[in-house]
Amino acid sequence: MVGIVIVSHSQKLAEGVMELAQMTAANVPIAAAGGLENGALGTSYDKIKNAVESIYTADGVIVLADIGSAVMTAEMVLEDMERDNVKLIDCPLIEGAVVAAIESIGGRTLNEIIEKLETV
Amino acid sequence: MIDAKKIIEIVDAAAKKIDAEKDFLTQLDNEIGDGDHGINLSRGFKSVEEKLATFADKDIGAILKGVGTALVSTVGGASGPLYGTAFMKAGNVCKGKFTLTDEEIATAFNAAVEGVKMRGKSAEGEKTMLDSLCPAYRAFQGGVDGGKNLVQALEDAVNAAAQGVEYTKTIIATKGRAAYLQERSLGHQDPGATSSLYILQAALDVLKKG
Repeated sequence: MVGIVIVSHSQKLAEGVMELAQMTAANVPIAAAGGLENGALGTSYDKIKNAVESIYTADGVIVLADIGSAVMTAEMVLEDMERDNVKLIDCPLIEGAVVAAIESIGGRTLNEIIEKLETV
Repeated sequence: MIDAKKIIEIVDAAAKKIDAEKDFLTQLDNEIGDGDHGINLSRGFKSVEEKLATFADKDIGAILKGVGTALVSTVGGASGPLYGTAFMKAGNVCKGKFTLTDEEIATAFNAAVEGVKMRGKSAEGEKTMLDSLCPAYRAFQGGVDGGKNLVQALEDAVNAAAQGVEYTKTIIATKGRAAYLQERSLGHQDPGATSSLYILQAALDVLKKG
């Protein structure tokens, strides 16, 4: 199954989006990377990296981010990882997470889910 | 001409300058952003300072890459990936070098500015750090091409950056958090452009001391 990582400035928001996505796809591999190490608002390179690694499989991982530094920091993590099957997708965070989770549980491939997310 | 030891001194001076100005930078960011620029950047540069001792025997490329990595890992706001990318891209063109000619400094400066544009998907005139960095780079390159010495060229760059900061007061933000404010961002100077000016000023202060 394709994994999903939710990146947000806010730990609560990242965990909330994850919770919502799990509502319709309970067993989807999903991880939240929200806020800084101390729980303050911000984006943590290490949190994003660890979140991706915690759910990474050969099926790939989709990374969704909220705004500004979340997007830029996620980009840098992915560039450093140099893995073709870990993709940052630009789409509405909550709807994207729900759609990606349902599609992943439904057995879709990474590319099929990305295609779907482009219409969200 | 500049050597690795001088680069470390400049990074150290930039860290101290950012720390000294963190409240002012945060105040600027409170007006048009999310109010964390000074705090974030000073946290990042503090972690850079803690690593400076480990850079002592490294080449300039490795030093700049180390600075960039530390900033990306610890800043936590947009200035982390932006300055982080700037230092890493500058480091890429200085690999294995222990001294840089003035032309090579200009090349590294250009790589840094291009890195910020790429990472921020941004250009001049959007009320960002690029509004001080781009004119500063042009002034520096012009100075080097025109036969000025390093201090003179950097002085031109600092003056151009300061003018760039003033210019940000006159334009509406179209990138970054301030863009949500639209015309309400008018009249305020951009915190990112201001911190870029401080870093260049720190470099000039070190080089002026000789």
